[in-house]
Amino acid sequence: MSVRLSPTAAIMRHGVLLITAAVVLVPFVWMVSLSLKPPGEIFRQHFSFLPEQWYAVQNYSKALTSAPLPRYMGNGVLVCAAILTLQILICAPCAYALAKLRFRGRDLIFGFVLIGLLLPHQVLSLPLFVLGYELGILNTYAALIFPFVVSPFGIFLFRQVFKTIPDDVVHAARLDGLSELGIVWKVMVPMALPAVIAFSIFSVVGHWNDLFWPLIAVRSESLMPPPLGIIAFANEQAGNDYGPLMAAATIVVLPLVVAFLAAQKWFVEGMTGGAVK
Amino acid sequence: MLACALAGPAVLLLFSLFFVPVIAVFVISLTDWQFGAPTFAFVGIANFREVLADEGFRASLLNTIVYVLIVVPGTVILGLAIAVLIESGRSLRALYRALHFLPFMATIAAMAIAWEALLHPTIGLVNQTFLAMGLPTANWLRDEVTALPVLAIIGIWQNLGFAMVLFLAGLKSIPRDLYDAAEIDGADRWLDRLCTVTLPMLNPVSMFVVIVVALRAFEAFDTIKVLTQGGPGHASDVLLYTLYRESFEYLRTGYGASVAVIFLAIVVALTLIQARAMDKRVHYQ
Repeated sequence: MSVRLSPTAAIMRHGVLLITAAVVLVPFVWMVSLSLKPPGEIFRQHFSFLPEQWYAVQNYSKALTSAPLPRYMGNGVLVCAAILTLQILICAPCAYALAKLRFRGRDLIFGFVLIGLLLPHQVLSLPLFVLGYELGILNTYAALIFPFVVSPFGIFLFRQVFKTIPDDVVHAARLDGLSELGIVWKVMVPMALPAVIAFSIFSVVGHWNDLFWPLIAVRSESLMPPPLGIIAFANEQAGNDYGPLMAAATIVVLPLVVAFLAAQKWFVEGMTGGAVK
Repeated sequence: MLACALAGPAVLLLFSLFFVPVIAVFVISLTDWQFGAPTFAFVGIANFREVLADEGFRASLLNTIVYVLIVVPGTVILGLAIAVLIESGRSLRALYRALHFLPFMATIAAMAIAWEALLHPTIGLVNQTFLAMGLPTANWLRDEVTALPVLAIIGIWQNLGFAMVLFLAGLKSIPRDLYDAAEIDGADRWLDRLCTVTLPMLNPVSMFVVIVVALRAFEAFDTIKVLTQGGPGHASDVLLYTLYRESFEYLRTGYGASVAVIFLAIVVALTLIQARAMDKRVHYQ
């Protein structure tokens, strides 16, 4: 589009975009605002963003102590880190084989990857639940992790990027005496770093935010990742203690929002590339 | 041999975590197996008959369609409008993009709790604002007329930033010289250029965005689980929530598997349409 706008048009552009952005931000603002207020002000019938009496310390400390919120956050970090590590460890060698080696069944395997891409994970939840039951790992960290250790999208993305790396690089690495696994970790992955980062963001955001599978896989509060934990917290509060609840919601949302604002470009790339598949 | 060692673990896991489960879903949907039962018998399409005859399922399917029909146009039109506005000037592009994209990556389960507070019948900002403006208020999430549309509006709020960045990418790929050519041909006003160049050139991208957003809308679950649990009655029941409730709360295994198969059929159909749209886009350029 053109970038030569008349002054009036430019003002209109900012006017409309500021309004839509403000509307989009309302739930965030309301959440933070309530998390700063004492109960008396929350249940008052008129609105002000800032509290008359600051109650942030009480709300946030209650959120952090009355529910095992630090535990939920820790669980989220642990589960996301384990999933991402395993995904990269398992997907990158496979992607390398698909991109750079010739072997029988290669196209067949790639076909399987494409079919895997097509399957929405929720459809698989019932058999995976049965599998977890048979393995005796339901209601453990392993239950939260195992369905996601291989990512068809990861294999697909890495294969596409590895294919763009010239064969000469691979030959040179072989001449230097690198093993095939050495080529994967010392040559391919470093050269494909932007794709690896984009995939990492896609994976971490997806699993940090996931509610569906944790709801099925774990029952113990001590194992809950943040989205499940915050729901448990909301149910315990029975909806009358909004301050700490909003403080808890803010704490759950905060890490990704901060990371996003710090590395916007990477996030947009990772999230759209991933969600588009 | 070498390739086997490299690809083996991934292939093995793809099989046990994707292919065996998806085949298992089909098989379970054709049996009377219940979770925990030692035996089962094939019952043909009895489960599907039961599902399709169930008023609750029909309500859920219809709700899902209504939800998608609200979310898709709302998200696509708003996402397109915001993308065009952002791209039409130079200043503050990154800021506007970031602000509109925020809901797409924020934890939706936590944001649903914020929405619940916004929509609270007495202390919620929505009702307070409506009251001040003399508009009718409601108990939005407990009213069977408003529950589903309100959830759909939250769906639009969540996804419009996603549609926006897809459109922004589409806008960037429009060749500059088309605008110059349009200008020579007399399309020198912003609106003219929008109608003669921008929108027609975005057509293939739009098709693609529609499908991707529709897929996301079909997979709506978190807000329903947190805010309404499908209620009141079946007023905001959607496919994925039905799938979850029947499979894991009521433990109706065969019923749940049948819903999963129906859900998969819809998603696969949409994805195949998307693949065709992508093909067209490639040919177009």
